[in-house]
Amino acid sequence: MTNGWVDIKNTDMMLIMGGNPAENHPCGFKWAIEAKRNRNATIISVDPRFTRTSAVADQFCQIRAGTDIAFLGGVIKYAIENNRIAHEYLVNFTNAAFVVKGDFQLPGDMDGVFSGFNAEKHSYDRATWNYSGTGGKSLPNPTGMSTGQNQGSSPPLPPLPENVDYDLTLQNPSCVFQLLKKHYSRYTPELIERITGIPKEKFLKAADTFTSVRKDGDMKKVATIIYAVGWTHHSFGTQIIRTAAMLQLLLGNVGRAGGGVNALRGHSNIQGATDMAGLYDTLPGYLKVPTPADANFDAWMTRVTPTSSKPQPWQSFNYYSNTSKFVVSFMKALYGDAATKQNGWAFDYLPKVDRDYSWTHLWDDMYHGNVKGMLSFGMNGVAIGPDSNKNIDALKKAEWLVVGEIYPDETSEFWKSPKVIADGDMKQIQTTVYRLPCAGFAEKDGSFTNSARWLLWKNAAVPLAGDARLDQGIVAQIFLKVRELYQKEGGKFPDPILNLTWNYSDKMNPPLLEVLKEMNGKALGDLEDPTTKQQIKAGQQLPGFAWLKDDGTTSCGIWIYSGAFTEAGNQTARRDPSDPSNMGVHPNWGWSWPANRRVLYNRASCDVNGKPWDASRRQVWWNEDTKKWVGNDVPDFKPDSAPKDHMGPFIMNPEGVGRIFGPLAAFADGPFPEFYEPIESPIDNLLHPAVSKNPVVTKFKDADDKFGTPQEGFTVVCTTFRLTEHYHYWTKNNPMNVQLVPEPFIEMAAEMADEMGIRGGEHVKITSARGNYIAKAMVTKRIKSMLIDGKKTYQIGIPFHWGYRGISEDEGRTSLKLVNQLTHTATDPNAHTPEFKGFLVKVEKV
Amino acid sequence: MSQETMRVQKISAHAGTVPGEGTQREYTVSKLIDTTTCIGCKACEVACMEWNDLPFGETFFDNTYQTMPETRWNYWNLILFNEHEKEDGSLMWLMRKNQCMHCADPGCLAACPSDGAIIQYTNGIVDFQQEKCIGCGYCITGCPFNIPKFNPETKRVYKCTLCADRVGEGLEPACIKACPTGCLHFGSKEDMKELAEKRTTQLREHYNFPNAGVYDPAGVGGTGVMYILHDATQPELYGGLPKDPHIPLAVRLWKGPIKWLGNLAMVGGIIGLFIHYLRFGPKDKEDEQIREEIAAAQEKEVKAREENRAAVRAEVNQEGGEPSKGGHPR
Repeated sequence: MTNGWVDIKNTDMMLIMGGNPAENHPCGFKWAIEAKRNRNATIISVDPRFTRTSAVADQFCQIRAGTDIAFLGGVIKYAIENNRIAHEYLVNFTNAAFVVKGDFQLPGDMDGVFSGFNAEKHSYDRATWNYSGTGGKSLPNPTGMSTGQNQGSSPPLPPLPENVDYDLTLQNPSCVFQLLKKHYSRYTPELIERITGIPKEKFLKAADTFTSVRKDGDMKKVATIIYAVGWTHHSFGTQIIRTAAMLQLLLGNVGRAGGGVNALRGHSNIQGATDMAGLYDTLPGYLKVPTPADANFDAWMTRVTPTSSKPQPWQSFNYYSNTSKFVVSFMKALYGDAATKQNGWAFDYLPKVDRDYSWTHLWDDMYHGNVKGMLSFGMNGVAIGPDSNKNIDALKKAEWLVVGEIYPDETSEFWKSPKVIADGDMKQIQTTVYRLPCAGFAEKDGSFTNSARWLLWKNAAVPLAGDARLDQGIVAQIFLKVRELYQKEGGKFPDPILNLTWNYSDKMNPPLLEVLKEMNGKALGDLEDPTTKQQIKAGQQLPGFAWLKDDGTTSCGIWIYSGAFTEAGNQTARRDPSDPSNMGVHPNWGWSWPANRRVLYNRASCDVNGKPWDASRRQVWWNEDTKKWVGNDVPDFKPDSAPKDHMGPFIMNPEGVGRIFGPLAAFADGPFPEFYEPIESPIDNLLHPAVSKNPVVTKFKDADDKFGTPQEGFTVVCTTFRLTEHYHYWTKNNPMNVQLVPEPFIEMAAEMADEMGIRGGEHVKITSARGNYIAKAMVTKRIKSMLIDGKKTYQIGIPFHWGYRGISEDEGRTSLKLVNQLTHTATDPNAHTPEFKGFLVKVEKV
Repeated sequence: MSQETMRVQKISAHAGTVPGEGTQREYTVSKLIDTTTCIGCKACEVACMEWNDLPFGETFFDNTYQTMPETRWNYWNLILFNEHEKEDGSLMWLMRKNQCMHCADPGCLAACPSDGAIIQYTNGIVDFQQEKCIGCGYCITGCPFNIPKFNPETKRVYKCTLCADRVGEGLEPACIKACPTGCLHFGSKEDMKELAEKRTTQLREHYNFPNAGVYDPAGVGGTGVMYILHDATQPELYGGLPKDPHIPLAVRLWKGPIKWLGNLAMVGGIIGLFIHYLRFGPKDKEDEQIREEIAAAQEKEVKAREENRAAVRAEVNQEGGEPSKGGHPR
């Protein structure tokens, strides 16, 4: 989240789309209700189904799953055409005025692709996706590791210009604003109706309501956009979120209390997992991994450290110019004394990521026998991934599998899958499975990082049950054993294992408080701030990441968490509920990254002169007397940069401003989001039928990777979802949750059920190109038929909480199938998230 | 459930004086349920189960998100889900937390023939004293909201206590405590009325619900549980909330003008029959038939499931923990 849960209470307008917070985040949803109760705020709910969020919304639009970019692009067009934009914000705080290179071309002029498309390789040469200007640091082959491109195959990119050409009148036909306007001028309400199934009048009403916060450009009101995995689970998920961010920049809603682009994370600590390098292409704190192209530490740093790129008279803080400080401190935390300037801070110890190792690729590698074993903790891999059949087939080929869990689950008992039993190949499976009894969430201490980036320490509530062990104890013991083997037997390259720091008071069971201290970082030598003369002695905890050095005198496990455990103690354990500003800041409740800042980019909550856009919601402001930025929140800015210096508020971008245009390697599939159909869709793309799907998405071509078309009879759009009453695949083991919703079901429109002669409670069979699923029909008025390009189309929804292990399963109340036996393995090219939402199926009465 | 910290003002079938009768009460407590901000999350259902240590029961898929068709002797708090299509074609998904309404003039208490089995505290809470319950079920007849439920095993009737044990100690009821959106409020009736008025005004003026209003029916003397409804002119939409609930006439007669009859032991049996007729006679035939069908179907399902469970167990024992191949019917 750019903002936070509590901050939602400050909003005037909520667009809730790609998420269903009333059902999936009921506790956080209280703040949406607070905004309604106390500010007369409005909720617009856009969803394939009328959900419990829609039930308390003021407007509801039923959208065809996967057509969100068409909807949002249409809202952008509406805002521009009706003067519902934040002009001053747009010109000064975004790249709207930046001029783009003349040879850049939009998909409207290129039959559905941006300039630079290579049809053979399914990738882009992104050289034209750049600003016009002069100067800039040339980079050695900047491979798009985080953008799904094959290593080494993309040509070198030119640099971002140091001095960008710009036009503050926004009239230059090549400026970002004019390109944006041109690009989305094609997204007419009529076209949106044909694509999304939302009647034109309903769409226009929603667009009018949402953009009404910026009526005639007035800046007082604020709107927020709230989403979850309904947006990420697409083959263009990143671009949906991009469109939302662009809309929010256009309306001047980013950085402001009650505004922002707010991702609701699915688990209590999924944000923490992501921060700690949940993805293969980052190191903790979103630092970019080294690749084989990086010859040494300096080459790596040169590649990943941006230089500023802006209009000449403006300033850019370009905070990532500090990258080497974060990285060296991280290497010191990992390898201690073994990381020296001489050995490039142990650069050779780090694995060099040479290709895509995201989720579907890992399973594909196992499917092909290249991955021999798997350690699986805190997840039910077979059930949560797409195409469960493929995952089960992959596990059959593994030599070993270790699962740490609190319940027997589908992964640790994949050989009990009805598929395996039906195929009769149980006897052939040679996989050795170890299931280790792990601790449940209430049995362990540690910190949760919530969607709002708040770290909150919690204590263990109950002792470990039976023979259960703490996760870190299991991992530690495996590591220590491996290290012992390396010590005894040597090996090809034992150094990274032997030199890993392991300075915990209990080596077999590292206390998590000590791990948090390590993440925060400490001084390795005596430090002094040259300006304030503040001193920190060697061995002391650091107050924050501003103290990090790239000379080896600091260590820090994850730079964005620096400040979480200082000399003043564990900041995440703070529980002072006071909120002096009454803005939901609660500065002494837990601790949020970065720097206990609650709203990111909050400099943008003020006009160019440093005065809050809305005097009743003052977050930060420029104090002319002290020549400092001050406020109720921690300013997200260079504290002494006077407004007249025109430093951009988006300090993490080299431009210093918000990116309406995402230049160069920022995205794999376009600097502006373009609407593409889901990989399986009932119609061809109405904008450009020849390029119907996201052109840079590649598919696996194994026997299990099958894709269906309407011509083969797969005509119903299917989406998966979660229920309030259940949590993932766990609560099917808890009688209380089972009592609330005892069985799986399939939601379908009453009209569809009538046509098929299906009554509520009767069994229906759902078939995709990959597999099938059987459950009782929930016949409801909450899903309606849609007219997609004039053709009546149905949509169904399936909650995904059941499988072949659990109470209802053991009672014979389920078909012992996983919903993900239906889903496919095509993923988003930027974030590598599979397309769980919006695939095609057949529906039959059983 | 009686609490020493709370005084009793009404006692069922009691001939003598009532300790709290006519005394100046401090305040009447009340729940205020704002259906316009309820998200149907069922946290209140779970909190009720947990605080009151209610045992689990079987539930069935019934083409709805609603946990079960109506409250049970061991399930006192149930959110009713109703889909309502408005004239303009737009949909409302109405969610109403259903439980004892704690009527100021409680029909259950009026109908109860057992001395002290149902009491009303001076703060308005209506509470069943199971140790004095004779299992006659008259309270079920007396209730216009279909709340009290009979447990055939203990032969006693049960319902929501408004967490008298918590309220007596100055705490809010468990359901209120658990509500994540704050759609459940608890306090003095006066305060709740004021809050309700404020909210309904907001709903009328800012949220396009011209008929928004408060449900606090006069027919039962007002209720200790009030609802804020999007459309107070149509309470029936919310899972059959009666528009004008009142204590059945027969119960009124019995406890009113012909109460002296009750003192005559010899006609007790006649009264019993009369009440029994009232309870089972006037029921809608079709309604009853459907109920019986549902009950029969559910009984069948439970039986099938038990058999299945036994089969799975037998197979697991036989195979020494190996997976069952044919144990599951589908």
